[in-house]
Amino acid sequence: MEVRNVKKSFVNKNVLDDINFSICAGECLGVVGLSGCGKSTLAKIISQFIPCDEGQIIFCGEEIANLRGGKLKSVYKNMQMIFQLPEDSFNPRKTLGWSIAEPMKNHGFKNIDERVKNLLIEVGLTPEYSARYPHEVSGGECQRAAIARAISLETKLLICDEATSALDVTVQAKVIELLKKLCTEKNIACLFITHDLALLPRIADRVIVLHEGKIVEEGVPTTIINAPKSPFTKNLMATDFFTMENF
Amino acid sequence: MQARYRPLIPYLILAGSLIFVAVFAPFLTPHDPYIQDLENALTPPNSNNLLGTDRYGRDVLSRVIMGAQTTLCASLLLLLTISVVGSLIGAICGLKGGKTDIFLMRLSDVFLAFPQMVFAIAAAGILGGGLFNAAAALAIIGWSKYARISRSLVLTIREMPYINAAKMAGTSSAGILFHHVLPNIAGPVLVTAALDIGTIIMELAGLSFLGLGAQPPTAEWGAMMNNGRSMLQTSSWVILAPGTAIFITVAIFNLLGDKLRDVLDVRSERN
Repeated sequence: MEVRNVKKSFVNKNVLDDINFSICAGECLGVVGLSGCGKSTLAKIISQFIPCDEGQIIFCGEEIANLRGGKLKSVYKNMQMIFQLPEDSFNPRKTLGWSIAEPMKNHGFKNIDERVKNLLIEVGLTPEYSARYPHEVSGGECQRAAIARAISLETKLLICDEATSALDVTVQAKVIELLKKLCTEKNIACLFITHDLALLPRIADRVIVLHEGKIVEEGVPTTIINAPKSPFTKNLMATDFFTMENF
Repeated sequence: MQARYRPLIPYLILAGSLIFVAVFAPFLTPHDPYIQDLENALTPPNSNNLLGTDRYGRDVLSRVIMGAQTTLCASLLLLLTISVVGSLIGAICGLKGGKTDIFLMRLSDVFLAFPQMVFAIAAAGILGGGLFNAAAALAIIGWSKYARISRSLVLTIREMPYINAAKMAGTSSAGILFHHVLPNIAGPVLVTAALDIGTIIMELAGLSFLGLGAQPPTAEWGAMMNNGRSMLQTSSWVILAPGTAIFITVAIFNLLGDKLRDVLDVRSERN
């Protein structure tokens, strides 16, 4: 997936300004920045929930901006998203099993019940969770179910928008471990968006630092944490309680 | 049944009893509600005619029971129509936005700008008397409230992550509407509808009372009150019986609506 010269503004304020990066299959790219720096807007643009003002999103060699209907559906077959609040990412009136099965039903998969069971086991849950409602499970379990739904198709790109922010530290570590394992095993590219710089060495192969809608630094996580170049990243590191050393 | 639904049981039993009476009215009436017996006109309540007779000697109890069928069936059908049509219109407007939304919402603004009863009287007057025309007059204006409510609910829901997740799952717009949006707005719409039953019964009875609804000799509570209004001081049972029936029915459905609102409140669900 390649993002080329993407720009977005809301009410005359530039939220994203000339964003360029790419992700290869199996690679995990971390996007870090303060609240309001444009991280979630970037995720929404890539996932086609909102259009960008300028620029291109190339996915699997195809420009995906402004796609509709069947073409967008085929893009979503390969691109999935994990949201910040796990409970809100499931329809409260449907069971987890129903929600995990939904993408497979829409794309004509067979043996869906069996697949749902296998997916639940794959993410560390038991098949019994299939009958539970989102409010009947913990945040960590709900996020695991969300991961199961996200990998239920032929996912090539997983967008994790603050996917671990609403979880406590121990659950966060387990979910990150699971994501890392699944992305490696299935050769899935992962765009891991977070405001927590300290999480990135655990999952990301590469990191971009966003500040006021611009990429201010790019590199491997350990280098960015231990030897930041841009003044903003230096400040971010200075204020980040959990640095690599603290870990 | 979950514990939180238990407070509903008494009200559901009462409302269910009313609906039972309405559905099986022809089998429950002690006398034929339409047979006139002028020799026994305006007989006060007695063992043979528990609620007395009207000016044509018809048994008032039988007419009240038969009137339950006319009034409740018409009210519930009207409510079902306006709530389903209004909710669908509102949900589509909320999901689609654009020109469809602008056009339908301005149209609903026009209807909301009229006092409902005044509009219904005017429309029923133009369409002519009759229960169907009275219901149609109320339906023309009644859908707009449900459209507004469901649209505002959809505007909140459509930004929820599970709607975006459904889009990424490849669910069609219709699938999102029927699987994700409507089930999640059903609670508040249902509560509004339950609270509206009383109002609609009153409005239909009101139109019949004014001679714009059910026409003689149809047994309908509003029409019965209209027929008996001149006898309020001399033969009060003729007007009190249908009046009390309206009062009890409206009270039961209002209490049911209130209780339904309490048990369907998501916050109380989570607590």
